[in-house]
Amino acid sequence: MSKLSLITKGIIKENPTFVLVLGMCPTLGTTTSAMNGLGMGLATLFVLTMSNIVVSAVSGFIPGKVRIPSFIVIIATFVTVLQFVMQAFTPGLYATLGIFIPLIVVNCIVLGRAEAFASKNSVGDSALDGIGIGLGFTLSLTVLGMVRELLGSASIFGIKLIEGDGILVFILAPGAFIALGYLLVLFNKLKAKIS
Amino acid sequence: MEYIIILISAVFVNNIVLSQFLGVCPFLGVSNKVGTAAGMAGAVTFVMALSTLATYLLQYYVLVPLGIEFMQTIVFILVIAALVQMVEIILKKISPSLYQALGIYLPLISTNCAVLGVAILVVAKEFTFGSDPHMLNLAQSIVFTIATALGFGLALILFAGLREQMELSNIPKPFKGTPIALITAGILALAFMGFAGLV
Repeated sequence: MSKLSLITKGIIKENPTFVLVLGMCPTLGTTTSAMNGLGMGLATLFVLTMSNIVVSAVSGFIPGKVRIPSFIVIIATFVTVLQFVMQAFTPGLYATLGIFIPLIVVNCIVLGRAEAFASKNSVGDSALDGIGIGLGFTLSLTVLGMVRELLGSASIFGIKLIEGDGILVFILAPGAFIALGYLLVLFNKLKAKIS
Repeated sequence: MEYIIILISAVFVNNIVLSQFLGVCPFLGVSNKVGTAAGMAGAVTFVMALSTLATYLLQYYVLVPLGIEFMQTIVFILVIAALVQMVEIILKKISPSLYQALGIYLPLISTNCAVLGVAILVVAKEFTFGSDPHMLNLAQSIVFTIATALGFGLALILFAGLREQMELSNIPKPFKGTPIALITAGILALAFMGFAGLV
């Protein structure tokens, strides 16, 4: 597999949200605005890339039986690092994303890539894979955030597009499920058209 | 009285799946049949109650006295993963029939974000009802956890019932599978919004 395709596969072909439907909790929970979606995506990208690198580097020394717990400790370490960094530099975003930052530990995308890719491939490839899947996740979260923000508060990235309030329900919980559902329909439709 | 308020608030008003977005993966994954959903709900309730008990005690008797609250994420996830393994081994030995019923769901639970989510929520949550706001005490935490798990079970079983019906209906091709499930969940969440303001 070429180096470039390692990065680009996460965006369409193996998109973690629209194709694999993984990591639904942060996807639904943090996308009340485009900015929050982008922030959550980048936070996950950081943990995914760093844990992929370390898992790939140490997987030769870890006995098969304690593989999964060891991966979880590695991931949890980077999540704690991320918590410190965000508390220091982006306290506002850290407060908004709240519980979903520590919950990156149990995001199935991160553990899934560690087990399925990083433990079997070289450090460089694992880093690229982390960046690729992370970018795909960031992209889908930002798109969902944009749709919900546009419908819910008539703005994108905080810039007001139309005067008025928008449909509040899209910012609330039901809107998250419905918006993601229809985005998936659109994605399926486009995929069917291409193939 | 306060226990009833915690119960109603956690089951209906702040339902863990439909308004807090925790545990969405098993909610979408194991909700094809009512029977499976009930099994999963039972396993989650059991593990959640045990793990919150363990993490609550760890937080207030180990992490806080030592001043290492930043270790929370690592310690909690390790405790939960170990606990799930232990429950699996003990159940297999003591009650093979219960193990038969819950066994296949147990490995899925250690990566269920609802379990870690509730453990974190319990030690971060302020109980605001009544005179002076205070952190949840142990009894309130356990009631809150069990109520949250019941809310998870309620949402899961309701949703499984809806999906069993959906199997029989004619759904347009791009909507098949996850999309229609998400849209249905959205409508269910709308219905649960009706409980807002109940407490």
